[in-house]
Amino acid sequence: MVRAVAAACALFACASAFAPGASAQALQPIPPLSARVTDLTDTLSPAERAALERKLEAFERRKGAQVAVLIVATTEPEAIEQYAIRVADEWKLGRAASDDGAILLVAKNDRAIRIEVGYGLEGALSDARSNRIIDEAIVPRFRAGDFAGGVNDGVDRMLAVIDGEELPAPERGWANEPRGIRAIEPLFPFALFAIPIVGGILRMIFGKLLGPLFTGGVLFAIGWLLTRSVLLAIPLALIGVLFSALGGRRMRRMRGGGFGGAGRGWGGGSSSGGFGGGFSGGGGGFGGGGASGRW
Amino acid sequence: MRMRSILALVLASLLVSGCGYNALQTQDQSVTAAWSEVVNQYQRRADLIPNLVETVKGFAAQEQAVLIGVTEARSRASSIQLTPEMLDDPAALQKFQQAQGELSGALKSLFAVSERYPDLKSDQNFRDLQAQLEGTENRITVARGRYIETVRLYNNTVVSFPSNLTAWALGKMVKPSFTVENEAEIARPPQVEF
Repeated sequence: MVRAVAAACALFACASAFAPGASAQALQPIPPLSARVTDLTDTLSPAERAALERKLEAFERRKGAQVAVLIVATTEPEAIEQYAIRVADEWKLGRAASDDGAILLVAKNDRAIRIEVGYGLEGALSDARSNRIIDEAIVPRFRAGDFAGGVNDGVDRMLAVIDGEELPAPERGWANEPRGIRAIEPLFPFALFAIPIVGGILRMIFGKLLGPLFTGGVLFAIGWLLTRSVLLAIPLALIGVLFSALGGRRMRRMRGGGFGGAGRGWGGGSSSGGFGGGFSGGGGGFGGGGASGRW
Repeated sequence: MRMRSILALVLASLLVSGCGYNALQTQDQSVTAAWSEVVNQYQRRADLIPNLVETVKGFAAQEQAVLIGVTEARSRASSIQLTPEMLDDPAALQKFQQAQGELSGALKSLFAVSERYPDLKSDQNFRDLQAQLEGTENRITVARGRYIETVRLYNNTVVSFPSNLTAWALGKMVKPSFTVENEAEIARPPQVEF
């Protein structure tokens, strides 16, 4: 027994030695998008961070474009451009239809700044303009040690430039929540086998008539709460009624098939930002536009 | 009897999708789209260069070698058109990459030379152009990275079982990607002889 364990450990150790990237320097992790201002170096005071947060939130409510600030210690071993595009691809700031996101990234120990601009804002916040904002507003202040001032001034100028650009009007209501069907997209694989199960249980408890009705009601409520759209909640409710009414032995077979299909179909996964409180990206795309600077 | 033939048809269609036919087609389209983006960004860079050359000439007209080098490298690079159909040919991609690499080298020389001219360096127009070129270089890098990724996915589908059988049946081959080995070599500026 002991020998078997030892052999397994030896095998595992050998396997790990050949694991790719075992000795490669790790890339800087991308912080989760939980707020508009993410400061991993405590450069900004809580009051400054809150004020900036409010400014950016008010701007998004008014204009629709999503701007965020990220301050990290370093982007080594990557260049700030490589790290910035990774962050942008992950956070997906800006609305999917208009790609109107922008990120102000500061790598404090590297003394590097970058403004990463989404596709839709490249007209207004062009490379040249971003470069000027960095050179004229941010770098001088950073050189003087005024980080909060530099960030605020840079953001103000970015917002002023974006303000001049024609963008689609922001949607009323929860501007930050993924809208409509995107809110329930992450649930699809789960729902595909959960709905028949729930439907079956309710049918067993309440009988052939009330069971499906209750399932429909529950699903309508869930669908409406998540998508805020009656048009999407109704089909969801109907699916619930259908699955619940069919019930019985057929349910078990459907459950298996549904799960298998769901796994393959949605395995690729939509990585729409988290839903439920907080700030999340709207699915906007970035192409590497913007400018970098050093101080 | 009809039931069985219908069943056979359904089974056949499932097999086809299981064997990666759809995956191959969609990924092939992704590769083409990603390539268009790469070409787009290279073209954007080429479009910025005449303006840049003129601006530098205004301050450093005597740097003929470098200016001519950039202009010639640009025309050479623009003359190599790589359409999506030619994407299967590694030699064509290599030539394209080489030409663009030489242009990168020539631009590097130009910016190195401009360091010696403080008037030029402080000219706002030049600084804007420099920012635009750097932005475009970054966009090129991002587009190439995304292209490499789509090619990787496509190649994976082409070589894995069972989709490699479908690929063989369709005549789809592994596509070449950008190479990095002799990037340093390519980025050396071309020598201009007088």
